[in-house]
Formats: sequence, structure tokens, C-alpha cells
Amino acid sequence: MKWLPLLLSLWFSAASAGLESYDFSGNVNEKQFKELISELRCLVCQNQSLGDSDAGLADDLRREVYDLMDQGRSDQEIVDFLVSRYGDFVLYDPPIKPSTYILWYGPGALLLLGMLLLGRTLRQRRAQIRTETDLSEEERRRLNQLLHEQDEATGDKQ
Amino acid sequence: MPAFVRYLTPLILFLALAVLLYAGLSRDPRVVPSPLVGKPAPEFVLPELKDPQQQVALADFIGEVTVFNVWATWCSGCRAEHPLLMRLAEQGVRIYGLDYKDDRADALRWLQQFGDPYIANAFDESGRVGIDWGVYGTPETFIIDKQGVIRYKHIGPVTVEAINDTILPLIAELQGTPG
Repeated sequence: MKWLPLLLSLWFSAASAGLESYDFSGNVNEKQFKELISELRCLVCQNQSLGDSDAGLADDLRREVYDLMDQGRSDQEIVDFLVSRYGDFVLYDPPIKPSTYILWYGPGALLLLGMLLLGRTLRQRRAQIRTETDLSEEERRRLNQLLHEQDEATGDKQ
Repeated sequence: MPAFVRYLTPLILFLALAVLLYAGLSRDPRVVPSPLVGKPAPEFVLPELKDPQQQVALADFIGEVTVFNVWATWCSGCRAEHPLLMRLAEQGVRIYGLDYKDDRADALRWLQQFGDPYIANAFDESGRVGIDWGVYGTPETFIIDKQGVIRYKHIGPVTVEAINDTILPLIAELQGTPG
């Protein structure tokens, strides 16, 4: 297993995505910077945040975010800067608007629909079981008769 | 509820879901709609690729319909679409290039080797202008109208279909409008 340390070192180098080169002694708060880049999505490797991605563009955009922070821009201004160029796609938390209604409300609507259907089916089934198990007038008379006969039979034995 | 409706409902729901999911599959997740389409193109001034003393700027585009192609020598898709750009240029389409995060010597060699379809190339060494244009994956191709408004963005290598069905008709339409 002499290659294990090598693999581990590769893994750790990938996980840190080269943030060592940034200087946090000035205007830019390290925690705020890392939080912001973790909330923005990389367009190249779409399942990674800007903070995680090793793509060249992610590196450029991190630098851009850093520079904007250094200029004293607010988080919202920086997010707006990126959205105006790359669209809502860069947000992991997309805004609620008509084109995203299905994203935000779709699952809830499906759950509600499922619960309504389940409730209806259960009610129907209960009604069905009742009609299937209830005795008709004819069956009731026959049942009484059978019970009666049995009573008489056991009575005889005593 | 008639019996046939009862039995057909799951089938219809299944077909609706299948259509929805199939439509999702056929979309390319790498193609992210650009918020820049329909907006004035971002301003830029950059040195020209062949002659760094010259400049290429957005102002050069104004007045004519322009194709703005983002490319780089490290981008294999750019190599794939290059012959189509050559053909577009032969047809008289105005193509400007944005040579994105590239090496100048490599880019010059590329143009010499494969041909130069560009009127001029803006040399964006740092990729800063690329960020303003929302570039995230080369090649990308913008169509800009006479007023300097972005009317279309093609992400990835242009294809014969994209050129015939979208790019050439749009250019013809935009050229028909007064500048």
C-alpha cells in the first residue's frame, strides 16, 4: 500500500481548492469569504460550489469575489454581480419567481395530491368493506335460523 | 367514474411523467441560459491579438450585426468548430473573436495553421472580460445586433444545424432592421 499516502495527499489537495494564496489580514474576512463562495455554484463542475471547485473559472471567480469584498462590497452586491452575468444558476438557493414555482412548490403540491388520493382511496375501501361484510336481509334470517337450531340442539342434550 | 377511466388513469399519468422526464434527459445540463441575452453587451477594451498596439472594443461592433466568438487554443471544442467559423467568414459574416485565457504565441500559431476567420481578436489574457460576458465554457458564440444588444448565445461548438437553423436566419433578420 505504498501508494496510499499519495492518494490521500491528492484527496486533501483537491478538497482545499487552493485557498492558501489568499491574504485575510486586510479588509476581507476569511469566514465571510469562505461562506460566500460555498453558497455559490461553479458553472463548470456543476455539483461543486465555487469554494470546492478546482476549475480554472472557479479560481477566477473566487479571485473576483475576493476583490469585490476587498473593495467593501456587500454579500448581496457580490451575489448580484454574479447573477447578472451567469444567471440564477450560480445560486444554490434560487429566488421564488414564476419560473421557479414548480421547483419550490412542486414537491409540496405532489405530497398534497398524494395525501388527497390516499384519503379518498381509504374512504372508498372502508365503504366497500362495509358493503361486502354487511349481511343482507336474507342472510340475516338464515343466520338467525341456524343459531336457533343450534340452541335447540344443545338444549336437547341438556 | 367509468371503469375505463379508472384503468387508463395510471397509464396516462405514467405517460405524462415519461414525457416530462424524457424532456429533462434531452436537455444538456451544461447549457445554462444566459441572463445577458436581450441586454446591451458588456463594455470592454482589450489589446488586439496580432497587434497588441491596437485595441478591440465593444464600440467596434456597433452599427453592424456581429458574431462574437469566445475561443482558446486549449479548448478542443474550439478546434472542432473552427472550420464552420471559416465557412461563416467566407459567407461574409462579421466575426470578432475573444481569445480567452490563452497564450499569445499559441493563438497566433493556431490562426496561421487553421486559418483566421476573425476581423480582429480581443486578447483576454486574464479572463476578466470573459467574466463580464458570463463565459463559463469555451467555445461560446454571441450574436450582437447593430445597436450592440446581445440577441443570441450559443454554448459549445457551433454546429451545422445551429448555423443553418438559428445563426444565419437571425443574422439576416437583424441586418434587415435599421441600425
